Amino acid sequence: MNVVALVPAQVSLPRCYALEGKHEFLRLLRAPAFVLPTLLFPPMFYVLFAVLFGNKGGGFHANVYLLATYGVFGVMSPGLFGFGVTVASDRERGWLTLKRAQPMPPGAYLVSKLAMAMLFAGIIFSIMGVLATTLGGVRLPVSSWALLLSVDVVGVLPFCAIGLFIGTCVSAQAAPAIANLIYLPMSFLAGLWMPLSVMPAFIAKIAPLWPAYHLARLALGAVDAVPIDAVLPHVLALAATTGVFLALARRQLARG
Amino acid sequence: MRNIDDKPAAELDSVSKRYGTVAALDGIDLSVHRGELLALLGPNGAGKSTAIALCLGLSEPDCGEARLFGESPHALGSRRRTGVMLQSAGMPDTLKVRELLAQTRSYYADPRSTAECVALAGLGGLMERRYGRLSGGQQRRVQFALAICGRPHLLFLDEPTTGLDVEARASLWQVIRRMIDEGCAVVLTTHYLEEAEALADRVAVLARGRIVAQGSVGQIRSRVSQRRVRCTSSLDLATIGKWPEVRSVCRDGDRIEIVTDAAETVVRQLLFEDSALDDLEVQRAGLAEALIEIAREAA
Repeated sequence: MNVVALVPAQVSLPRCYALEGKHEFLRLLRAPAFVLPTLLFPPMFYVLFAVLFGNKGGGFHANVYLLATYGVFGVMSPGLFGFGVTVASDRERGWLTLKRAQPMPPGAYLVSKLAMAMLFAGIIFSIMGVLATTLGGVRLPVSSWALLLSVDVVGVLPFCAIGLFIGTCVSAQAAPAIANLIYLPMSFLAGLWMPLSVMPAFIAKIAPLWPAYHLARLALGAVDAVPIDAVLPHVLALAATTGVFLALARRQLARG
Repeated sequence: MRNIDDKPAAELDSVSKRYGTVAALDGIDLSVHRGELLALLGPNGAGKSTAIALCLGLSEPDCGEARLFGESPHALGSRRRTGVMLQSAGMPDTLKVRELLAQTRSYYADPRSTAECVALAGLGGLMERRYGRLSGGQQRRVQFALAICGRPHLLFLDEPTTGLDVEARASLWQVIRRMIDEGCAVVLTTHYLEEAEALADRVAVLARGRIVAQGSVGQIRSRVSQRRVRCTSSLDLATIGKWPEVRSVCRDGDRIEIVTDAAETVVRQLLFEDSALDDLEVQRAGLAEALIEIAREAA
């Protein structure tokens, strides 16, 4: 006979969040279409362009510059793809609906995805850091490494918001394509692959439109690759991007 | 069982819901109490899934109110007493069954042990498999395990046995019956009428957003007075067709099948006219005939 419990046992919220985050991470780790490009491309490009064809002439240090910008290139991916593709698929296949019907703690869904994206950002930072110090010959004070790590890890936020918005708008089929259409051109136009100074003037002029540009400025500032201009405008631009896309995604979810 | 909790486990109170210009639900009242199974029947688009979505707080009624255990469906406390199996719930393909189960168990205060879930849902040997590599029936069983793992007092089952083989369906029915006996309230939608006949204490028939019939399976069936008389006989079809009580008659192989409102009169007449009559069988209308009839009346 089943009796209503008079002293209800407790649900352990930390356990809910921990499992949710762990499974979100495992889920992506087991998806080669996500893991391989995310974890391989930035280090590969770095080795190619900073180590093998690195140009150390003049005042430009490709090994340091590209450590910062390919790091940014790397951490955009878990946000855009990790959120964009999984949210679209969860929505389309009914998993999100089931989770909303289940007594999942509110917030666990997004928090776990966010934790997953930050963890991937940390991994990308570590890989890049190891390559830069071993093959790239980069020497930085600990404070710069710490600053770069925090820029990379916190910097996933605006891209998570953009990814979330993509995931709420398009089908699971279209999501990777749309994310790529944003990811690759933005990376190029924001000067992540080559410095804006070697690109046509108008590209440098419109660069502040792209969130990746602002994150790259902060990353470059962290490793002293460019003189630190004002930090605050970049932080504000990234915060605004996060806020706007979160609000858009929220509106989209409320509609659906 | 009513005394366990006098409030209904789930309740829709004069609820209406429109999608654009279509009225998905048009002022319906529904309630299910602990220890009973309510089957929601009706054609596709009748509003069954909308009713469940409103009960679970997945969408909001335009007017009226949905309640779980007397509370808002948004209250985590009431949902922690609820288990859900939706019609389509494609889980992440790369997660293992063990992981999916552990995650859902963590949402509940006093979940069943993993071993018990495995036994009840028939997941033996599947725990280390990835969800995407399971067959449709196996995936359905995983979804059932997630629905019951929290020892719910209320269970929503939206087409639970679609894609299951006969054996798996029978064992799932057995688990559902046991949970009802233990005081669980169950809301079931199904296209398999034998499922409703086998499990339901009460049936509510929805058509175009309204409840057009509600009652026990017997009461619903008895709304259709027709019965079917079958026999092997040398009598002429045209002769039988002229009897006033006969609605229709046809030949099915070497047997005659008569549909009538007055089976007793027809049978008496048949035996009187043909002493060699054999294989006599009288069948009451099943739920299927009743539903067709109800749908015709409602149209």
